[in-house]
Amino acid sequence: MIHSLFLINCSGDIFLEKHWKSVVSQSVCDYFFEAQEKAADVENVPPVISTPHHYLISIYRDKLFFVSVIQTEVPPLFVIEFLHRVADTFQDYFGECSEAAIKDNVVIVYELLEEMLDNGFPLATESNILKELIKPPTILRSVVNSITGSSNVGDTLPTGQLSNIPWRRAGVKYTNNEAYFDVVEEIDAIIDKSGSTVFAEIQGVIDACIKLSGMPDLSLSFMNPRLLDDVSFHPCIRFKRWESERVLSFIPPDGNFRLISYRVSSQNLVAIPVYVKHNISFKENSSCGRFDITIGPKQNMGKTIEGITVTVHMPKVVLNMNLTPTQGSYTFDPVTKVLAWDVGKITPQKLPSLKGLVNLQSGAPKPEENPSLNIQFKIQQLAISGLKVNRLDMYGEKYKPFKGVKYVTKAGKFQVRT
Amino acid sequence: MSSNSFAYNEQSGGGEAAELGQEATSTIAPSGAFGLFSSDWKKNEDLKQMLESNKDSAKLDAMKRIVGMIAKGKNASELFPAVVKNVASKNIEIKKLVYVYLVRYAEEQQDLALLSISTFQRALKDPNQLIRASALRVLSSIRVPIIVPIMMLAIKEASADLSPYVRKNAAHAIQKLYSLDPEQKEMLIEVIEKLLKDKSTLVAGSVVMAFEEVCPDRIDLIHRNYRKLCNLLVDVEEWGQVVIIHMLTRYARTQFVSPWREDDGLEDNEKNFYESDDEEKEKSDKKRPYTMDPDHRLLIRNTKPLLQSRNAAVVMAVAQLYWHISPKSEAGVISKSLVRLLRSNREVQYIVLQNIATMSIQRKGMFEPYLKSFYVRSTDPTMIKTLKLEILTNLANEANISTLLREFQTYVKSQDKQFAAATIQTIGRCATSITEVTDTCLNGLVCLLSNRDEIVVAESVVVIKKLLQMQPAQHGEIIKHMAKLLDSITVPVARASILWLIGENCERVPKIAPDVLRKMAKSFTSEDDLVKLQILNLGAKLYLTNSKQTKLLTQYILNLGKYDQNYDIRDRTRFIRQLIVPNEKSGALSKYAKKIFLAQKPAPLLESPFKDRDHFQLGTLSHTLNIKASGYLELSNWPEVAPDPSVRNVEVIEPAKEWTPVGKSKNEKPAKKFYSESEEEEEEEEEEEESSDSSSDSESESGSGSGDTGSDSEDSSEDPSSGQESETGSEAEAEGKRVAKRNSRTKRTSNSEVGEKKNEKSKASESSSAESSSMEESSSGSESESESDEPAPKKVAQAKERKLQQERNPPPRDVFLLDLDDFNPVSTPVALPTPALSPSLIADLEGLNLSTSSSVINVNTPVFVPTKRHELLHRMSGKGLAAWYCFPRQPCVFGDKMVSVQITLNNTSDRKIENIHIGEKKLPVGMQMHVFHPIDSLEPEGSVTVSVGIDFCDSTQTACFQLCTKDDCFSVNIQPPVGELLLPVSMSEKDFKKERACPSALHLLSQPRLLFRIAAISIRCFVLRCD
Repeated sequence: MIHSLFLINCSGDIFLEKHWKSVVSQSVCDYFFEAQEKAADVENVPPVISTPHHYLISIYRDKLFFVSVIQTEVPPLFVIEFLHRVADTFQDYFGECSEAAIKDNVVIVYELLEEMLDNGFPLATESNILKELIKPPTILRSVVNSITGSSNVGDTLPTGQLSNIPWRRAGVKYTNNEAYFDVVEEIDAIIDKSGSTVFAEIQGVIDACIKLSGMPDLSLSFMNPRLLDDVSFHPCIRFKRWESERVLSFIPPDGNFRLISYRVSSQNLVAIPVYVKHNISFKENSSCGRFDITIGPKQNMGKTIEGITVTVHMPKVVLNMNLTPTQGSYTFDPVTKVLAWDVGKITPQKLPSLKGLVNLQSGAPKPEENPSLNIQFKIQQLAISGLKVNRLDMYGEKYKPFKGVKYVTKAGKFQVRT
Repeated sequence: MSSNSFAYNEQSGGGEAAELGQEATSTIAPSGAFGLFSSDWKKNEDLKQMLESNKDSAKLDAMKRIVGMIAKGKNASELFPAVVKNVASKNIEIKKLVYVYLVRYAEEQQDLALLSISTFQRALKDPNQLIRASALRVLSSIRVPIIVPIMMLAIKEASADLSPYVRKNAAHAIQKLYSLDPEQKEMLIEVIEKLLKDKSTLVAGSVVMAFEEVCPDRIDLIHRNYRKLCNLLVDVEEWGQVVIIHMLTRYARTQFVSPWREDDGLEDNEKNFYESDDEEKEKSDKKRPYTMDPDHRLLIRNTKPLLQSRNAAVVMAVAQLYWHISPKSEAGVISKSLVRLLRSNREVQYIVLQNIATMSIQRKGMFEPYLKSFYVRSTDPTMIKTLKLEILTNLANEANISTLLREFQTYVKSQDKQFAAATIQTIGRCATSITEVTDTCLNGLVCLLSNRDEIVVAESVVVIKKLLQMQPAQHGEIIKHMAKLLDSITVPVARASILWLIGENCERVPKIAPDVLRKMAKSFTSEDDLVKLQILNLGAKLYLTNSKQTKLLTQYILNLGKYDQNYDIRDRTRFIRQLIVPNEKSGALSKYAKKIFLAQKPAPLLESPFKDRDHFQLGTLSHTLNIKASGYLELSNWPEVAPDPSVRNVEVIEPAKEWTPVGKSKNEKPAKKFYSESEEEEEEEEEEEESSDSSSDSESESGSGSGDTGSDSEDSSEDPSSGQESETGSEAEAEGKRVAKRNSRTKRTSNSEVGEKKNEKSKASESSSAESSSMEESSSGSESESESDEPAPKKVAQAKERKLQQERNPPPRDVFLLDLDDFNPVSTPVALPTPALSPSLIADLEGLNLSTSSSVINVNTPVFVPTKRHELLHRMSGKGLAAWYCFPRQPCVFGDKMVSVQITLNNTSDRKIENIHIGEKKLPVGMQMHVFHPIDSLEPEGSVTVSVGIDFCDSTQTACFQLCTKDDCFSVNIQPPVGELLLPVSMSEKDFKKERACPSALHLLSQPRLLFRIAAISIRCFVLRCD
């Protein structure tokens, strides 16, 4: 399956290579560079490239390209998903998935890659297992290791590897037993010029942070599980109980993980918490235009909307912008033409607005279309779909865990066309 | 620490190395000097010294640096001799790094690599399974042809290893060996065959991968493992799932007949199953002669939960499986999940959108409800935008076209001009496919001709040209308008299109055409080749229709063309001249010149680029690239007639050992004597000591998986009160700790899952485990005789012989009984009432020789009857009629072999429901059903309980039938939990002991005085109740 992996940074240096079968020369990446050049934008590099002898499947993550070399037919998603898992693991181990972090920990990276794949087929990708096989680097451990000569490599097979709950390691012990759940909902929406909703839907996830000793068996129930239309589960969840009782029953992995992600059924109308008044115009045959946007709260369920930022990709002809915000601060990058306005909180008494002039390249035709506004916001203590966790029960262990649920609503891909 | 270590430039190569190696000498040389490798050779000298030092820390340091070099792609091969010496290092980290090195360079240094082989051979015998596994892994990764026999031997041994982890590695090694030496194919296939029978979820994915790589055509190896694979699927790790699903898709296409009827056949009884999540599925009223093979259905049903996987590859794999093998009406369930994947990162989106694009061409309806999910955002990368656009086009129909066109209007204005151009093409396609909007689209496109952006205009011109070609004769105005554009537009394709259009319609615009030709003649030399060709064409056409005005012009152009730099144009010029200008040399052809040039040309078909992609299996690399990738396996067409389905039957040879109690449950000692081979016992014990096996192994062996609910629910649901009972369960190797764990789990499940037995999956997996375990039994029989629990120790050879015999003539079944030390004689013997025992049960009991012995078995009244009712028909879907069923656990009055089922009917509507009866039955082969008498009428709010008898044939197959009222028929199904197929029996201790002595089909799973519970039917395990 996966033959080799090359890590390539933004400037086109191959800074790490790993081969699981016989060695493939670095020159195979030339085809990739060629495609990259053609695509102009990193986002547009095709994930699957065919070369005379190999196929290259790549992902772009955190300013790095993970390019894998394939020789025979394989489901491309298989490889893509795996590469993302590799990147996730790096992120998990080193705190960031960057060139520097990987270079600093090249030995651990190599050990990880060796464990994750055998002959190109995934062997252990579960973070709980990997952490037992190869301990993540910490400052303390590296000091201890250098004194005692002990190593980062575990010498027994992780218990999870063989059980049918491979995601959990055995012998977990905590003094404070806690289980936290974050219900995070994102509103994806396209709002058209006139302010009416073209498309809106709610996507949610429940992220869990479980620090419980032993082998707890949890079940999480909702007040209104029918809201969840389409769900994808962490493998720990017992699908049958969900099917029959709409209860999430699972033996959790240790630590942080994503329990479920869901989509709220599209029948429900989505409440759009903010509205935007905008007036962007470019004058014909003149080198300036007007820019004026105001943001106000709409159906916000009585909560404050905070963390608002507005990002606008201005047309190429815009040279500079001269704006005054009533609140927050803005930046305009004349190279990428991105306007970013960090608004902060909305106070209904005084609606934040950003007004001013746009300088255009003189002589160039006025832009055809007004740029669309990408809006980010956050509402604490609210799940916009109305989803509510009913209760969390624990079986299998005697102690009383500390439980907590937090709700957040965010803007996902929230776009206002102007 | 070697003092000269800081002379290396490579310090920062391994951050770890830097940390370790440098704290003593903090005055290190340039740590940021990456890639300053000028003194490679010198450095290597130092590394050699470090590797030869006797301090582990120095060695480790050196190894880390070497790994750093490998990672950078630098050559470190000359260190081979120094490194390979450390292969036997005690330090596990050094060892691992040496392995990394070895695998990388062994191919180049074959002779030296051989030095390390003996170390691996030793390690293959290590008691630690991790070490065994990694030794096998490295050994098989060393690509040195000389060691092929050693590898082969190691693989064979490892494939019989007790640790599933080692067996998994053996499966991987198969592929490596195969790529190293394809000659070994036959032998490897044998190993694959053996490993395919493995019922560990850990092994399944890897061995199927090996199968796909080594012998994908040996579909016959799959037959007997098919059901097991289907049932294990949910519990296999996600990567294995992908591989297995793809393989099973291919398998299904060769083994089952097509479920696709011309009228989109839908099996009635299955509708209920999916109805809840698939609202848009319309009711199909008629039954068709086609019935789906139960195995086909099994695959479709068992893969459905995987649509909920977090792994996009798994979801896609299931989606393609549904697409390729499920009845068309059921494929709808996948669209929701695929649309969900669109939230993922751009690479996943790209692949998924491509697949949706292919699907949406063939079955629009599937994705229509999700139309808006494909709306384009300005922040999407261009490749995603164009794919979305493609899908939107495919989904366009009369109903949604106006919304779509409005949406397209926004896209046309996009700053991303490439995308805007694609949108224009899309509009063109919509215009041709939906005739209602052709004019609207055309008008819109004409408006775009005055767009400021040239690319947009050019694209519009091209599209308009195509549209006009389809409906000529009406659009003189547009052509005139376009002729004017020639002055301003510079994009060659657009200019060429306009010229062609004018040429085609030159008779309709007689005034403009010669003028255009005049202008073009002037600029001919500076035009693009594409345009030049069209100028020549235009000239020729005008010459033929209007030679008076254009003769000279055309000749001028032809002269220009004659001396053009491009040979294509020279060629064309020569050709046209001969054809249209009459001279003595030109033959008969010139008479037809007009017909040739101004022939009626067929309109171009605007088609989706994804149209022809569906001949590739979805979700594959070949599909993505639209070329056949190497190693792509074609999906065969459905066979006309299904091959013999019985090949998938797994005959149950004898009770599986995994289910038999090995008597360790409480007292180890008495158990030990049962082992005929002490060696094996040791091994088994040893394995148990390796903590890891504790729960997993036996769990998976009992075939559960998701099954911790599976097998437990059985225990608990049947009798939640007995905590100890878990001990009596299937696995007897249970050690204290494990038992405790299991107990706790049982408790938990008993809390939550009492009677929750409706879940087919768990049962399915149970029964499959049964099958698989028995298979395992038969296979392991030859290797290591494992009938450890034989009451009287026998010699191996003898046992083998007997076994062979059994294989030949299945019946006389063995009883494996426990040594019971404290037994309390009670119970009044009663004659065995055969009724209510299902046939195979009877067969088993016949083995007891009841007729000849005086022993008597008493069927008990159930101690515990679950009160849980299962829903048969929901009142919403039953138009007010609600039905529930439960198992009263009483002997069935309708027949011996039947299980009695009580059905409670409720009228929740506000009118009388009349003539409730059971309509058509769709029972699997062999199953029978005794129906209840039709109920004349049921008053509103009324309720009536009837009982029916169903002979499930000892299987957990679903009984499907129709519940009919006067007006309607509702398809319903009942699937029994395993436990309901059995009957509790009791016997006296005396009889019991007697039975124990004679070989037959009883399995005693626990201590006396406990309530014994029934395990599972299909493996013929029975539990007696001793009072």
